[in-house]
Amino acid sequence: MANNTQAQTSNQQQKSTVFDVTDLNLWYGEDQALYDINMNIKQNEVTAIIGPSGCGKSTYLKTLNRMVETVPIVRISGSIKYKDSEIFDDKYKKEDLRTKVGMVFQKPNPFPKSVYDNVAYGPRIHGIRDKKTLDQIVEKSLRDAAIWDEVKDRLNENAYGLSGGQQQRLCIARCLAIEPDVILMDEPTSALDPISTLKVEELVQELKKKYSIIIVTHNMQQAARISDKTAFFLNGEMVEFTETDTLFSTPSDKRTEDYITGRFG
Amino acid sequence: MEIRGQFHEDLDKLKFSIKRLAVEAVQAFDESIEALYAHDVDTAQKIRERDVKLDKEELDINEQAILLIAKQQPVATDLRRLIVAIKISSDLERMADHATNIAKSTIHLGKDHDLTIHPALRQMADKAKTMVDTAIDAFEYEDVSLARKLAEMDDEIDKMYGEVIREMLEQTANDPQKIQHIMQMAFGARYIERFADHITNIGENIFYLVKGESFDLNK
Repeated sequence: MANNTQAQTSNQQQKSTVFDVTDLNLWYGEDQALYDINMNIKQNEVTAIIGPSGCGKSTYLKTLNRMVETVPIVRISGSIKYKDSEIFDDKYKKEDLRTKVGMVFQKPNPFPKSVYDNVAYGPRIHGIRDKKTLDQIVEKSLRDAAIWDEVKDRLNENAYGLSGGQQQRLCIARCLAIEPDVILMDEPTSALDPISTLKVEELVQELKKKYSIIIVTHNMQQAARISDKTAFFLNGEMVEFTETDTLFSTPSDKRTEDYITGRFG
Repeated sequence: MEIRGQFHEDLDKLKFSIKRLAVEAVQAFDESIEALYAHDVDTAQKIRERDVKLDKEELDINEQAILLIAKQQPVATDLRRLIVAIKISSDLERMADHATNIAKSTIHLGKDHDLTIHPALRQMADKAKTMVDTAIDAFEYEDVSLARKLAEMDDEIDKMYGEVIREMLEQTANDPQKIQHIMQMAFGARYIERFADHITNIGENIFYLVKGESFDLNK
């Protein structure tokens, strides 16, 4: 046991920080949605964020790629550093941030285009025109999203013809095509059937070898199954952020214990 | 708002079943000691027969706990409550087995033997019964300090066991014709000592339940 702990600790030390969040506060108009969030997110880890509806977990996720600022009344204080660069700095372009920090949403949202064009969309925007290069990117992205075998003969068919689970993995492939560094997932399996959910969960385990993943989920068992660390949010506060094994076995805060054991929700 | 009310009611029911099994195990133990002193073979026989019921209760508790794990997918303390329910019920079943073993010794000795049962056995048994009361309280209130006390009480029983066995060995040297009978009495002492060890295991399980880490109270 002691050796394991030591191994974990040394592993921790080797991993570099992707996001360093310090004293983050966020308001929608007069209503404060996030309170003094401090969080250090490591590379090649799956970080899960759990909490009841309205706790601020999706707001927090959308703050990490500055998508939350599409709401005009949003006001933010504090700091978020992505790989040592302050993302709220005027010089930091949101587009550059979103190239590195991709996002997968709750409902699969493919474009009404072919499977191929869905994946090639991002690279084309980034100026890639060469057919051979695009072919390679599309295949690699679809392979990495564990959907290549299912769609390789249907690349020119409309993505709407795919099942919900396939559409979601296609959206993940679309996200991978622009070679992000971090993937934000906002309840990516809540609209999927149980088998598709397990496929996406398996995929997340594969993806974390190359990417850092931050996932908001309503499914506590999912957080327990797939994440390395879990944060519990409540009323805009981050109550506890620790190793997933610890959070689901011996949480230190009574509110966490009460939430994960269903004593309130 | 309590959102897993039914699950927590089921956990309470399981807890009640465990306490009932504990009460029945200690009742069998108490009666087996009385039967041993009273040469009461009939009661000893009844204790033996009743053990089947306690075995079944243990299996029911296990089944219920496994079903709740499968259906409710509990985490943290709730998961440990179910794991501990399985482990404690197993210890209680073994305790009831030791009561049955004592009853078997009474049956072996028969009604007409002239062996005086050493008073230390009753003293050990009384202490073991106090341990069960403490263990039930520790389980009820999930109280680690009570669970720790079990280790100290068990040490006292171990010491008494060592002394009484030494005396019995001397007795076999002085009275070799009674060696078969003295052996049965020594077995009785051993069963009481093992009975107490299982109560200590229950203490360890309560420790695990509350703290989420293992602790050896038998050291």
